[in-house]
Amino acid sequence: MGRASAIVGVVLVTLVAAAALLSFVWTPYDVSALDIAAKLQPPSAGHWLGTDHFGRDVFSMLLVGARVSIAVALVAVGIGMGLGIPLGLAAAARPGTLLDETIMRGNDLVFAFPSLLIAIMITAILGPSALNAILAIGIFNIPVFARVTRGAALALWRRDFILSARLAGKGKARISVEHILPNLANLLVVQATIQFSLGILAEAGLSYVGLGAQPPTPSWGRMLAESQTMIAFAPWLALFPGLAIVLTVLGLNLLGDGLRDMLDPRLRRRVRT
Amino acid sequence: MLRYVLTRTASLVASLVVASLVIFLVLEVVPGDPASFMLGMNAQPETVAALRSELGLDAGALQRYATWVGGVLSGDFGTSYAYRTPVSGMILDRVQVSLPLALLSLALSTAIAFPIGLWAAARRGTPTDTGIMAATQVGVALPNFWFAMLLVLLFAVRLRWLPAGGFPGWADPVAAVKALLLPALALALPQAAILSRVMRSALVDTMSEDFIRTARAKGLTRWQVLTRHALRNALIPVLTIIGLQFSFLLAGAIIIENVFFLPGLGRLVFQAISQRDLIVVKSVVLLLVVAVVLVNYVVDLAYLAVDPRLRRP
Repeated sequence: MGRASAIVGVVLVTLVAAAALLSFVWTPYDVSALDIAAKLQPPSAGHWLGTDHFGRDVFSMLLVGARVSIAVALVAVGIGMGLGIPLGLAAAARPGTLLDETIMRGNDLVFAFPSLLIAIMITAILGPSALNAILAIGIFNIPVFARVTRGAALALWRRDFILSARLAGKGKARISVEHILPNLANLLVVQATIQFSLGILAEAGLSYVGLGAQPPTPSWGRMLAESQTMIAFAPWLALFPGLAIVLTVLGLNLLGDGLRDMLDPRLRRRVRT
Repeated sequence: MLRYVLTRTASLVASLVVASLVIFLVLEVVPGDPASFMLGMNAQPETVAALRSELGLDAGALQRYATWVGGVLSGDFGTSYAYRTPVSGMILDRVQVSLPLALLSLALSTAIAFPIGLWAAARRGTPTDTGIMAATQVGVALPNFWFAMLLVLLFAVRLRWLPAGGFPGWADPVAAVKALLLPALALALPQAAILSRVMRSALVDTMSEDFIRTARAKGLTRWQVLTRHALRNALIPVLTIIGLQFSFLLAGAIIIENVFFLPGLGRLVFQAISQRDLIVVKSVVLLLVVAVVLVNYVVDLAYLAVDPRLRRP
């Protein structure tokens, strides 16, 4: 079961990534071209997933939308890892000190602000854009990575091989980078997959309420927002962007679970019993 | 125990102070001059000056922060610039929609997740368990606002059982609950999927403990052990997740309100953003952050009720 679902995850994620890459070189129709004569057509041979109220091809918009979703979620994970991991490492190297306390209390503070609230505050002063969505989701990711890194690093610091490294005269920063970080890689990859899938969901939510990527850039969340008033007579407009989100998030979650089972032998043993 | 409560309360107060400072900094200090920001580029200098003195912007930042917090503590959130009415009144109107929505969905998600988690844990390793876990995996991936649209399509457009949107007010409680039912269900189901997974794995972990074997050995059935002994011990991780979920439900409620055209805090804050009404944005954000921090405080105290080991002095 574990292996099969991991394979499904890999297939789904590869498909979505391929769709996003494909959209750079080819889409069935130009997503910025309006064709009012062909508006609101149900799925057909000419338009696989139908057309919207401007006559734009839904399939082409989904391909380009994948690009936005992935880009926003990926950069947000990058922000979270880039800042969260060093903070977590620093806190774990000097546990109980003022530095550790400050970092952990700062984490608590960010946890009090769900990414939607961060996005609302940023948008209120800077106006809506995809960049704000990235910032909001990225800021929320920082304490997640800081906490995971600190927790796992604390346990590693008590191990013998770290003691040997200290006896060899290495400093705390060097040990953190050369010995602690490589041993955390598995854990962090799994966490990154989870945050990536949460990021896709958050981006969809933000662009649905108009706080994400702005027109004319197609995004899955905004396609859903636009389809809402037409749901009674053009349900395909609401169906396909939603399915795209579900399949992407599902794929990433299955991949994350699979990676965790594969990389953590302790869990693998427990699964067998 | 008293020590734990006191430390936790002190950290609650500290979190609230720092969070309000952050909100104040971002929305009042970062934009430079909030008055000219709110009025836009083409405002007359006299209008800006009038708004500046109305907002009390001539005072220093620290003094303005103190005035703001002092006002909020006495229930005065200031006056909305766009609507010219007290913000506290606007918020009070909207909370009557958003809070019942969040609470109803929290209740629904817990009511759905507990039996499902218990059932999957009781049937661990069987096809039933595998099936439930696969279904929850899909549930976790569902964007709640999309699920909401599908619910509208089925129950409002096709079956015409429930309204597609709008809120009639609490004068008619039955109609009000009917209006909140679909949004609450849309919010609850993805959360229930997460919660039932946590519930199942916490129960499975507890079931491998020695005291469970003892209980089995003295003749209790598997189901009795699960409900009498394992459930209580599995409650700590479940409580943690419920606390975390409340903040997601609040944020989710803000988004879902847009699907159902509900006049809640979400609609209020998005209107305020487009009208550049920073006073309203600031108040709503503060209210939501306070709610999140308070809920986590309550959850931390609830650990005491659940786990007697924590009550030792």
